[in-house]
Amino acid sequence: MTTTSPVEQVGGATATYVDERVGSNKFLSRNLGKVFPDHWSFMLGEIALYSFIVVLLTGVFLTLWFKPSMAEVVYEGSYIPLNGIKMSEAYESALNISFDVRGGLLLRQMHHWSALIFIAAMAVHMFRVFFTGAFRKPREFNWLIGVGLTTFGLLAGFSGYSLPDDLLSGTGLQIARGIVQAVPVIGTWAAFLLFDGEFPGTEFISRLYGVHILLIPGLILALVTVHLMLVWTQKHTQFPGPGRTNDNVVGYPLLPVYMAKAGGFFFIVFGIIALVGGLVTINPIWIFGPYMPDQVSAGSQPDWYIGFLDGALRVMPNIESVIFGWTISWNIFIPALVVPGILFTALGLYPFIEAWVTGDKREHNLLDRPRNAPTRTAFGMMAISFYVLLWVGGANDIIAVAFDLSINSIIWFLRVTLFVIPPIVFLVTRRTCLGLQRRDREKLLHGYESGRVLRLPHGEFIEVHQPLNEKDMAVITAKIDYTPIPAPDKADVDGVRNKNYRAQMLRHRLSEFFYGVNVPKPSAAEIEAGQHHAAHDAAVEAPLHDYEDADQIQNFHGGVLHHPGMAETNAEQVEQR
Amino acid sequence: MTDITPHQDQASGHGNTPARLGYSPVADIPHKPRATDTDPKAARRAERQVATMFLLSMLMVVLFIVAYFGIDKDTIIYFPVLGEVGASNVALGLTMGLAILLIGTAAIQWAKKLMPDVEVVQQRHDMVSPKRDALEAQANYERGKEESGFARFPLIRRTLLGALVLFPIPLVVMLRDLWTPKPGTEGKSPADILSTTLWTGGLRIVSDGTYAPVRPEDLPVGGLISAVPIDLKEVEELEENLNARGKAAIILVRMEPDEIRAQQGEGWDYQGILAYSKICTHVGCPIALYEQRTHHLLCPCHQSTFDLADAGNVVFGPAARRMPQLPIGVDEEGYLVAMSDFAEPVGPSFWERG
Repeated sequence: MTTTSPVEQVGGATATYVDERVGSNKFLSRNLGKVFPDHWSFMLGEIALYSFIVVLLTGVFLTLWFKPSMAEVVYEGSYIPLNGIKMSEAYESALNISFDVRGGLLLRQMHHWSALIFIAAMAVHMFRVFFTGAFRKPREFNWLIGVGLTTFGLLAGFSGYSLPDDLLSGTGLQIARGIVQAVPVIGTWAAFLLFDGEFPGTEFISRLYGVHILLIPGLILALVTVHLMLVWTQKHTQFPGPGRTNDNVVGYPLLPVYMAKAGGFFFIVFGIIALVGGLVTINPIWIFGPYMPDQVSAGSQPDWYIGFLDGALRVMPNIESVIFGWTISWNIFIPALVVPGILFTALGLYPFIEAWVTGDKREHNLLDRPRNAPTRTAFGMMAISFYVLLWVGGANDIIAVAFDLSINSIIWFLRVTLFVIPPIVFLVTRRTCLGLQRRDREKLLHGYESGRVLRLPHGEFIEVHQPLNEKDMAVITAKIDYTPIPAPDKADVDGVRNKNYRAQMLRHRLSEFFYGVNVPKPSAAEIEAGQHHAAHDAAVEAPLHDYEDADQIQNFHGGVLHHPGMAETNAEQVEQR
Repeated sequence: MTDITPHQDQASGHGNTPARLGYSPVADIPHKPRATDTDPKAARRAERQVATMFLLSMLMVVLFIVAYFGIDKDTIIYFPVLGEVGASNVALGLTMGLAILLIGTAAIQWAKKLMPDVEVVQQRHDMVSPKRDALEAQANYERGKEESGFARFPLIRRTLLGALVLFPIPLVVMLRDLWTPKPGTEGKSPADILSTTLWTGGLRIVSDGTYAPVRPEDLPVGGLISAVPIDLKEVEELEENLNARGKAAIILVRMEPDEIRAQQGEGWDYQGILAYSKICTHVGCPIALYEQRTHHLLCPCHQSTFDLADAGNVVFGPAARRMPQLPIGVDEEGYLVAMSDFAEPVGPSFWERG
């Protein structure tokens, strides 16, 4: 190391000082040049991380002024319309932050916006990880941590917007209380313990405050740390491409390129949140007024990420039973607790289920293109369509007003489509994936369509096909063709009964279901032949310039040209397999 | 781990087993040099761009401080697209946002134009530990098991397990006092408390907000008012909470007596005036969206719909229970009063409700 400037000398001395005490150079020597692959979709997780940092930072500022108390006060602040109105100290301090602390509204809006972005980025990041199969071995734990982070993100958001004690947030809490009360056996007691008795009580906001500013962020921070450590140790996955294999990482070294890009991106996310916080109003609590348990405003809407739960509550038919004098509110319990419970459990278990069904025990560092895992992609799209329909349900009153529809019809539409549309989405997605696979196969065999249409002397029109470039070639050929787990035998050769027959049969069937649809990649020999073909096609291009010279074209026309019937023939071949 | 090589220099045969892919390995993408790689002028220009962004960022910080101290917090200005906005908030957001954003764009520009854009390759290593480590870990575990005598002393093992299971119990037990019964509710169960409200026979019904007693003639046919018991204000001041309001809030509606098809009790109306709980039986939102013509009451939260002309029964939506009706009459001075408390608990269902 050649240190010249005084700053570098100090830096070098510090590095040595630290190294002598914690051995940091061992880590730095291995990691300053660590390679990170580049792809736009890898930024989604970064957005989540950076917006979380902004949430933490702005949240710390807000704690300096916010008073988590439900004690009653009379407002005497600079927001004139509410002057002289009785309200809780929590709401009063939230108003003061908005109107009397300079930059307070900016901090509040940045906090709210970054929280919304945090959860949205986590969701989209999760889609990316799911659809590319990045959750596969060895990254299953990190997927679980991600599901945990998303769950805590929802709780963080809900606990946060419940704190200002305005009319909207109080209504949200009232609904939450109703949901807790609907839990069989323990619900009533749980509600009384949480709220110190009846709703709204005087304690809940200060209790929720501790949960919101300490417990949940602490858990998120811990999980984020482990999440990043695992990404670091396991190295990032990469998309297939030239030179990229399952055993290497192709990208930019941490120092300087990745650090500059990732560090710069942090400032971009932070800066955009500050701009949005300054320019776009979010959660204008002063309009809603203080919370009163007998008041509500029409068109009450939760933050976007709670919408699916609210929708589930709205769509559920009104079933309640009384069994031996005990009340079971299926109409609340199922949509608010069972449905999200199933969704999140399925989400968490998915990598393990897929690994069991497919019997795939390999490490996967190269990402799947969604089309190459049609069943997984179809499952994901099915779940998303279910979620989106619930979300539509959460906005049914808004939709009814905006499109002049009957709320009753929207609810009935959703009650039916929640069960009809997801399976259709599943089938359509799987067929689409297969179509794309077929297209890939065609490209491998015959190259891509150049868009050059050629008329041959005898009147036939052909389109000239060009060979794939190396990048496309690498991407398409990275597909792995799996074979389903074979059917088990009822008994072995000695006639000993197979005790696990039923479980193995189930697994075989599921595996058939998972891998049963696939357009196999052509073999190397087929590709060779196909490319040979394409090369001829390319050669046909030459006479294009002498279009009128029919003789010359004739020279190239000797049965080697691509013929239009070929695609169908191949597709049929594929079908036959 | 330090075996980094420029991508281009890699032989094309590295990495993945061609056998598994079934193809010969692909060659690498050729690297196109950027203008900043070949033209020193372009590089200088990029340098100036980056430095300018850093400079502008610093300028924004100065402007932020000017805006913070210079703009009155109550000033409202017109801002294109946004309309009437707080000048301070917009100015602070713009300056701080740009100060931060410009650092980011400068760093990205720097990385994209002036730092190498040649991808490099690094080998991965399997996550699984070497066999030797696994054996060593196993041996250490066996040694620990042996030395502790975990296997030899079943009594210790079982009592340890018992102690570990029991020790969190005090922490859970202490949560009991998250709820301390309020004066007047000692000895009552949560279900008992949820099942009663402030209403009693003869208690005057007053209009919410003004606390003015209501005469039947104050309420025209088709009208609706929100109302509470006359002692609510007193109780709220005494209890220092809004709990009583959350249960006792009612709505009064008036219809032609012959429009009333059913009630929850014989003669619970007074000359066509009906009193219903205001708290939705689904999850507890207050309801006041009333459609005169159909006598339907719609909850704004989840759209449960109740027919007030038909004993408050549910006609649509997720609520399973009818709106509880309050029997009413008039006192000797002609004001509306409750005849008793509600006959059934108001608000959301709960396990012990039955």
